[in-house]
Amino acid sequence: MAAPSPARPGARDLAWAGDKLAQGVIFLGGISGILLVIGIFVFVSREGLGFVSNGLDLREFLTSPAWRPTSNHPTFGALALMAGTASVTGLAMLVSVPLSLGAAIFIGEFAKGRTRELLKVLIEMLAAIPSVVWGFIGLTMMNELIIDVFNVPVGLNVLNAGIILGLMAAPIMTTIAEDALKAVPDGYRQAAEAMGATRWQVIWRVVIPAAKNGLVAAVLLGVGRGFGETMAVLMASGHSINIPTSPFDSVRALTATIAAELGETAVGSEHYQALFFLGIFLFVVTFAINLTADLVVRGIKNG
Amino acid sequence: MFGPTARTVQDQLVERRVRVGLGLVTAVLVLPVVLILGVLVVKGGPMISMEFLFSDPTNGMTEGGIFPALIGTVWLVGFALLFSVPVGIAAALYLSEYAPDNWVTRAINLAIINLAGVPSIVHALFGLGAFVLFAGFGTSILAASLTLAVMTLPVVIVATRESLQAVPMEFREACWSMGATRWQTIWRIVLPNSITGILTGVILEVSRTAGETAPIMFTGAAFFLPFLPESVWDQTMAMSLHLFVVSTQVPDVPEALPYGVALVMILMVLTMNALSIGFRMWLRGRRKW
Repeated sequence: MAAPSPARPGARDLAWAGDKLAQGVIFLGGISGILLVIGIFVFVSREGLGFVSNGLDLREFLTSPAWRPTSNHPTFGALALMAGTASVTGLAMLVSVPLSLGAAIFIGEFAKGRTRELLKVLIEMLAAIPSVVWGFIGLTMMNELIIDVFNVPVGLNVLNAGIILGLMAAPIMTTIAEDALKAVPDGYRQAAEAMGATRWQVIWRVVIPAAKNGLVAAVLLGVGRGFGETMAVLMASGHSINIPTSPFDSVRALTATIAAELGETAVGSEHYQALFFLGIFLFVVTFAINLTADLVVRGIKNG
Repeated sequence: MFGPTARTVQDQLVERRVRVGLGLVTAVLVLPVVLILGVLVVKGGPMISMEFLFSDPTNGMTEGGIFPALIGTVWLVGFALLFSVPVGIAAALYLSEYAPDNWVTRAINLAIINLAGVPSIVHALFGLGAFVLFAGFGTSILAASLTLAVMTLPVVIVATRESLQAVPMEFREACWSMGATRWQTIWRIVLPNSITGILTGVILEVSRTAGETAPIMFTGAAFFLPFLPESVWDQTMAMSLHLFVVSTQVPDVPEALPYGVALVMILMVLTMNALSIGFRMWLRGRRKW
């Protein structure tokens, strides 16, 4: 009786070697996300930190509304840009928080079958519209609409950009909020229904409190979206440096400033470095927003 | 005796009102999609012809077609996929098949959420700093595609991870107990069973990539360049930037032209999305486990 021999000598060693190799490559792919986030921070800082070492006037940056990078005595006050971003994002949230949470509750808890599928597809289509097309819509349709309805001379302002941005941020908020509602165990609902609660009473008293953290995270991610949006804000906000006092004022956002001015600056110039410094600021703020959203969601699992 | 109490009647009234109210809110949210599509079709539809799609822009971009922009977008998206799909699938494989529950995995997940949340203009700054200047690629299709790839990587990772995790654990266990290595199991069992789901994610990524403007503005897309690109070192026009340019930067553009560009773009993106959605539904119907 002959001893059993492997079909191919060494096949097993080869398989093990292949396995080790694959594991190494896949691990590299796995940590690529971390490497890229660090890379973004490093490369944007590399170009932008020169602005700090070349005598950044932090007080001017934070408190002066005068962003005059191309004048003979350039000043880099970002207050008006921050006010522009804040006003547009704030209005966008007023539009999208009620719409998204309402739609999430309707789609997740009330709608059934075909209606539900159709609504989800439409929300997905809303998410698919590219930001430059949203900007174009702001520039044309929304502009005309605002001029007609409110009888103002120009329709490119906080209101326009806020509505456009609100619609843009709504799909991600709706999707995440719906997921949060779906994550509430059915047992909670059944227990409340067994006590004779109507569907709305179940949602209002049981489901929403249980899904609270997920809903907060949804809103935070929506804020992040609005804050970082570039092309749509550039095209719809009017792009004039201004601390707004009414929704009909034109403003300019931090993101839009970089997009509009970077093409005209010389690499390494003070203006160029200032724009990258704005980039660092944007990166840090969105990082903080995303981190907070993550911690809030984690809170569900621990609590 | 068993009739509803006043309280019950009241509760049911509230219930009906809330249902109608929330339905209206949802309608308000999705109505713009229909309106926007309608207006774009009405105003941009007459622009679209074979000539519009297949000829160069002429007369300072106020006449002619969009052919170089269309082809440029195909180049940008194609090369972006070349980078992001392998890396994205590897990342998803790590998270789904290897990752232990430790701080590295948490950091990876957080990094992916962040990568998706970083403003597109910051991606543009990164692309300019890292690919155009540091790596020395210059403003080129290569630099722009890499920037797009970094930006849309989370889309591939998230979609792929979901479809990998949908493959039942028993499939893997059966394979391992036959003496297969982890990689053999992944290659012969896990990937073939999730390939359609991965494709759905890739199609979705194509649609995202094609629409991005800010990341390519300073890394490789040109305002006006009526030639087709010949290599990855060339600059190129792109649909998204072209829409921005004809609607804001060029004087005396006839009103219908940007509507035509916007319509072509949105049809491109929505076709991709429809494909992806259809694929997913077909997949859900077919899945046997």
